[in-house]
Amino acid sequence: MNNFQYKRVSSPAAAIAELSKDPAAKLVAGGTNLIDLMKYGVMAPDKLVDVNHLSFDAIKKEERSLYIGATVRNAVAAGNADVLKYQPLLSQAMLAGASAQLRNKATMGGNLLQRTRCGYFYDISAPCNKRVPGSGCAALEGYNRMHAIFGASSSCIAVNPSDMNVALTALDATILVSGPKGDRKIPVSEFHRLPGTHPELDTTLDRKEIITGLVIPDNNFAAHTTYLKVRDRISYAFALISVAVAIDLDGTAIRDIRLAMGGVAHKPWRLTEAEQLLKGKQATVENFKMAAELAMKGAKAYEHNAFKLKLAPNTMIQALKTASGVKA
Amino acid sequence: MSKKHLENADMETAMSRVDGRVKVMGAAKYTAEVQLPELTYGVLVESTIGQGVITALDTKKAEWAPGVIAVISHLNTPGVPEYKLQNQDVIQKQLRVFDSPNIYYNGQPIAVVVADTFERARYAASLVKVTYAKQQSYSNLEDNLSKAVVPKKAKSDPKGFTTDFLRGKAEAFRDAEFQVNEEYIQPSEAHHPMEPHSIIATWEAADKLTLVDKTQGSQQTAASIAKSFQLPPENVKVLSTYVGGAFGSALRVWPHEIVAILAAKKVQKPVKLVLHRNQMSYMVGYRPYTLQKVAIGASKDGKIVGLSHASYGKTSMYEEFTENVLIMSRMMYDIPNVDTKYRIVPLNVSTPAPMRGPGEATGSFALECAMDELSYKLNMDPIALRLANYASQDPDKKMPWSSNYLKECYELGAEKIGWNKRKAQPDANQEGEWKIGYGVATGTFGAFRGGASAKATFKPDGTLLLQSAIADIGPGTATSMTAIAAKNLGLAPEKISFQLGNSTFPKAPMQGGSNTVATVGSAIVATCDNLKVELAKRAAVQKPEWKNAIAKNIKIVGTQLINSDDASSKVEIASLFSQDNLAELVVKGDAAPGEESKKYSFYSFSVHFIEAHVHELTGVVKIKNAVSVIDCGTVVSPKTARSQSMGGIVGGIGMALMEEVVLDDRTGRTVTASFGDYHVPVQADIPQMDMMFVNERDPYLNPMGSKGLGEIVIIGVAPAVANAVYNATGKRVRDLPITPDKLI
Ligand SMILES: Cc1cc2nc3c(=O)[nH]c(=O)nc-3n(C[C@H](O)[C@H](O)[C@H](O)COP(=O)(O)OP(=O)(O)OC[C@H]3O[C@@H](n4cnc5c(N)ncnc54)[C@H](O)[C@@H]3O)c2cc1C
Repeated sequence: MNNFQYKRVSSPAAAIAELSKDPAAKLVAGGTNLIDLMKYGVMAPDKLVDVNHLSFDAIKKEERSLYIGATVRNAVAAGNADVLKYQPLLSQAMLAGASAQLRNKATMGGNLLQRTRCGYFYDISAPCNKRVPGSGCAALEGYNRMHAIFGASSSCIAVNPSDMNVALTALDATILVSGPKGDRKIPVSEFHRLPGTHPELDTTLDRKEIITGLVIPDNNFAAHTTYLKVRDRISYAFALISVAVAIDLDGTAIRDIRLAMGGVAHKPWRLTEAEQLLKGKQATVENFKMAAELAMKGAKAYEHNAFKLKLAPNTMIQALKTASGVKA
Repeated sequence: MSKKHLENADMETAMSRVDGRVKVMGAAKYTAEVQLPELTYGVLVESTIGQGVITALDTKKAEWAPGVIAVISHLNTPGVPEYKLQNQDVIQKQLRVFDSPNIYYNGQPIAVVVADTFERARYAASLVKVTYAKQQSYSNLEDNLSKAVVPKKAKSDPKGFTTDFLRGKAEAFRDAEFQVNEEYIQPSEAHHPMEPHSIIATWEAADKLTLVDKTQGSQQTAASIAKSFQLPPENVKVLSTYVGGAFGSALRVWPHEIVAILAAKKVQKPVKLVLHRNQMSYMVGYRPYTLQKVAIGASKDGKIVGLSHASYGKTSMYEEFTENVLIMSRMMYDIPNVDTKYRIVPLNVSTPAPMRGPGEATGSFALECAMDELSYKLNMDPIALRLANYASQDPDKKMPWSSNYLKECYELGAEKIGWNKRKAQPDANQEGEWKIGYGVATGTFGAFRGGASAKATFKPDGTLLLQSAIADIGPGTATSMTAIAAKNLGLAPEKISFQLGNSTFPKAPMQGGSNTVATVGSAIVATCDNLKVELAKRAAVQKPEWKNAIAKNIKIVGTQLINSDDASSKVEIASLFSQDNLAELVVKGDAAPGEESKKYSFYSFSVHFIEAHVHELTGVVKIKNAVSVIDCGTVVSPKTARSQSMGGIVGGIGMALMEEVVLDDRTGRTVTASFGDYHVPVQADIPQMDMMFVNERDPYLNPMGSKGLGEIVIIGVAPAVANAVYNATGKRVRDLPITPDKLI
C-alpha cells in the first residue's frame, strides 16, 4: 500500500472541494472494498477523504418514497423497520451479501460503488483494461467462470458483484448525488455502466461528485418479494447468479412485476422484456418458463461460464415460484 | 452388556482442551504475534511468470523507500551452504532459494525486502522491478500427460505404493459381468490453516540460530536447517509453542523459512516473515491435482474379480512429490486380482505437500465412488457390496489385522443416519424443490507408531510437568497426553501440565500421519511408569512392602501413593520428597515399537454417511446430516477426538463441494488464491454431525490400545458426499468440487 493522507470532512461541500482539488483523492466510507484494493495495489489514492461523519446516516419514510442516506450501514438498513415494511426486497438482498461483520461496516454509498471481483482485476501482474486502460483483458480467454453473459465487450467481461444493487435496480431506486455543479438525481439503471470501450468507468458518477443518499419509490410489492442468490457455498460468497423478484399479485394474476439479475453483467441486469411478458398474466410455472427464456435472449457465454445460460433461467424460475408462492 | 461405543453426548462432558482457555482469550501467542527487540520484517517478491529467467532486477526504488534495510535476491544472497555440497538428494530436491535467476513456477520467491515495519516492507516489495526472459510454462496435467514419469522413489522403495503393482492377473475386471471403468479428478486443494505460515529467525551468533516457526516438527525443522546452513545440530533451536492448524503444510522446511534465515543473516537482526493468505495456496504445498482411472469388475453376487487403479499427480520441475493414493485399492477389499500404476507429471508448479489424509483422501474418492457406481450396476446396497468384499485379513501384506471393526462401523452408522430411508433408485426421493440422497464411503489410513521420549518433573505438591518436542497443530495433543498421564498415574488432570513445540525437549516425531498418540503417548506411559517406580523406591524407605511394587499397581490417590489398592500401603507423596530433602523429582522415559508390525497389519478405519439435499433447479447442495463412525482403537481423549472427527467432516465437505486451487495455464498463476475465490465451508454449510467411535481396543499397537485418528476422519467423506449427490439426482460428478453448475 502506498503512503496516503487521511482527511476527515464534516460537510459535503468540503468533501467535494477535496475531490475537486486533488484528482488522486478518494472518498472512504466503510473501507471494506477500497482498503482491500489498496492492499492489493489495484488502487493507489494519495488521499482518503473520510465521509463517515457526514450527516447522511438517516432512513426516512417520505410521502411516496423511502430515503436512505449514503453512510447508513448495510446492516442497519437491512434491519430497519421501514425498509422491512416498504422495501423488504432490499433487505433480503443486502442480507445475502458478504458477512455480518462486513455489513456492519459497509455503507450504501460504498456498496453502490464496490468494484468487480474479477480475479484479473485484482492481480496486478495481469492485463486488465479496467485497472490499466488499454492493457488488455485477461479474463476474455482466461478463467472466466464468474463472468458476464450479458452486455460484455471485447475489452471487459467483468460483472458487478453487488447484491444490493440488484434489488435497487429492480426497485427503480434513484441515486442522489452532489457535486461542484450542485445536486442531481441519477436513476439507478443509468448509474452503473456497461463496459464498452471504457471499462475503467464503473458508473456515470463524476469523479468530483459524492453520493448523498438514495430513494426508492413506494410500490405494492412488499408481500411478494424474493432475492435468490446461487453461490458456491451456502453463505459468504459472491453470486454465480442472483435474481431479484418483486410482484404485485392479485390472487394469481400478476398486476405488476420487477425483475433484475446479478452475476451476469457489468451492471445489475434489469429484465424489462420478461417483466412485460409477465405483466397481466397468470402466475404459472409455464409463464415463468417463457419469461425466463425471453430473459436469456442475447446471452453469450465464455469458456468457463456456459453453465450460467442454464443456471440464470433456472434461478429466475425458482425466484418467481418462491415470490408468487406458485409451486406448479 | 454396556455399550462401549461413544456418541456425541458421551463425549461432550469429557475433559476439555487444556489450552482452550488461553486460545479463546487470545493469550496463546502464535508465531506471527511474537515480538522481539530489534525485530525487522521481511516481505517476499514473487515471480509473475511460470517459467524463464530473470534478466534484470531493479531494486533501487525499493532500497530508497522509507524504512528499508535490505533487498536480498540471487544477486546478493549470503547463500545456503548446503547448495554447494555435491551430494544432493536426488528425490527430495528443495527449491534452491535465491540460488539462480531461474524461474520454475509462478509465485516463486525471487527477493525479499526487509524493513523496520511490515507495512513499509510490503510497500517497498511492490517497487522491485523484475525483467524476465519468459518461456512457455506448462501447468495443466491433462495437456501434459505425455510427460508422466515413474517416480524415482519407485526404484528406491520397490515395495512401496508408487511402484507398479500386480496381484493375480492384470486388468481382470475385463472378464467380469459387471464393470465400472471411469476417470476421477481431485483438483489441487490448499491446506489454508487459520494461521498463516510465519517465522522469526534470529542469529544468536555466527553459528547459532533460533527460530520461532510454524512447524509440525520442531526437531525435524531444526535438523533440516542445521544441515542447510551447515551448523552444529545443537546450535539450532526451534520454538513452535502454538500452531493454528497445518494439515500437513508444515511438515517440512519451505523456501520462505530459508529466506527469513538468509535475510536475518544479511541484516544481522531478527527477521519476521509472515505469508499473505494468497501465498498460502502456492508457497507451502497443496494437495496435488490428481487424475485417476479406476476399473472394477464384479460378478452378479457382488464379489469383485478385479480392480485396476492408476493415478497421475502433479509435481514440480525440481522435486518429486509422491503420496499413497493407491494404498486402499490394494488392501481395503478382498480382491484376487489387483493392478496399480502411479505416475507423476513434472510441471511449472510449486511442490505439493501431504494434506490431511494424504494420498488416501484422493484415492478413496476414486475407489469409493467407483464402488458406489458398481453397486448401482449390480442393483445392490452399497453397504452390502462392501461387506461382500470385506477383507478378513490384509490381502496386500497377507497378515491379520491388528484390529478391524469396519463391520461395526457400517452397522452403527447405518442405524444413526437412517440408511433405511435411502431409495435404491437414484433421483427418486424428493421433498418440494429438494432431491434427497444418501451416500456412504469407507476410509482407512495406516496406524503408525515411532520412537519418542518424554521428561517428567514431579513436585511435592503433586504437580507434574511433562515435556516433549512434539507439535500440537490442533488435535489437542497437550490434552490427550494429559489424559494419558492422568489415567496412568491416577493424578487429577489439573495437576498436570504438558509442554511441547520446543526442539530442545525430549525426542518426538513430526505431528503428521496420525501417529502422535501412539508414539508420544507411549513415551508418556513409559515416563509415568518410571516415575511410579521411582516413587515406590522412595516409599520402600518408609514401608518395605513397596520394594517389589510394579508400575501397573501403583496409583496416586489425592496426596498419597497407594500400591495394589491396599490401604495399608499408603504413603504421603510430600514425605517422599522431604525424606531426602528433594525439591523435585525428574525422570525420563523412552518408548519404541517392537516387532508387532512383522505380525500384524495396522490400519485405522472409518465409515462416513451423508444425507444430501440438492435443489432441482439451482443445483445447490445442502448437506443435511453427516455421520462418521471411527475405528481408532481406544479413544484416549473423547472430546478432542470428537473435535478431530468434526473437523474431518467439515474438511471433507469442503473437498467435496467447493475447494479448488485453479491455475491459469497460460501463466501458471493461481487465480483462486484469495479467500474470496477459494471457498472453504462456512458455518451455514455444516449440518448436524454425529461423530461416533467404536472404541474397541487395538491389542498390539501401543499400551493405550489406540490407533491413529487425524487422517481417517476426512478420508472417505468426499466420496460419501458425491455418492449422496448421485443418489439424490442420478448425476455422477467425477471431478471435484461438486459446485452447482455441475448439477443443473
Ligand atoms: C470478503 C468480502 C465479501 C463480500 N461479499 C459480498 C457479497 O456477497 N455481496 C455484496 O454485495 N458485497 C459483498 N462484499 C462487498 C461489500 O458489500 C462492499 O465492500 C461494501 O458494500 C463497500 O462499502 P464500504 O462503505 O465499505 O465502501 P468503501 O470501501 O469505503 O468504498 C467503496 C467505494 O465507494 C466510494 N464511496 C464510498 N462512499 C461514497 C459516497 N458517499 N460517495 C461517493 N463515493 C463513495 C469510495 O471512494 C470507494 O471507491 C464483500 C466484501 C468483502 C470484503
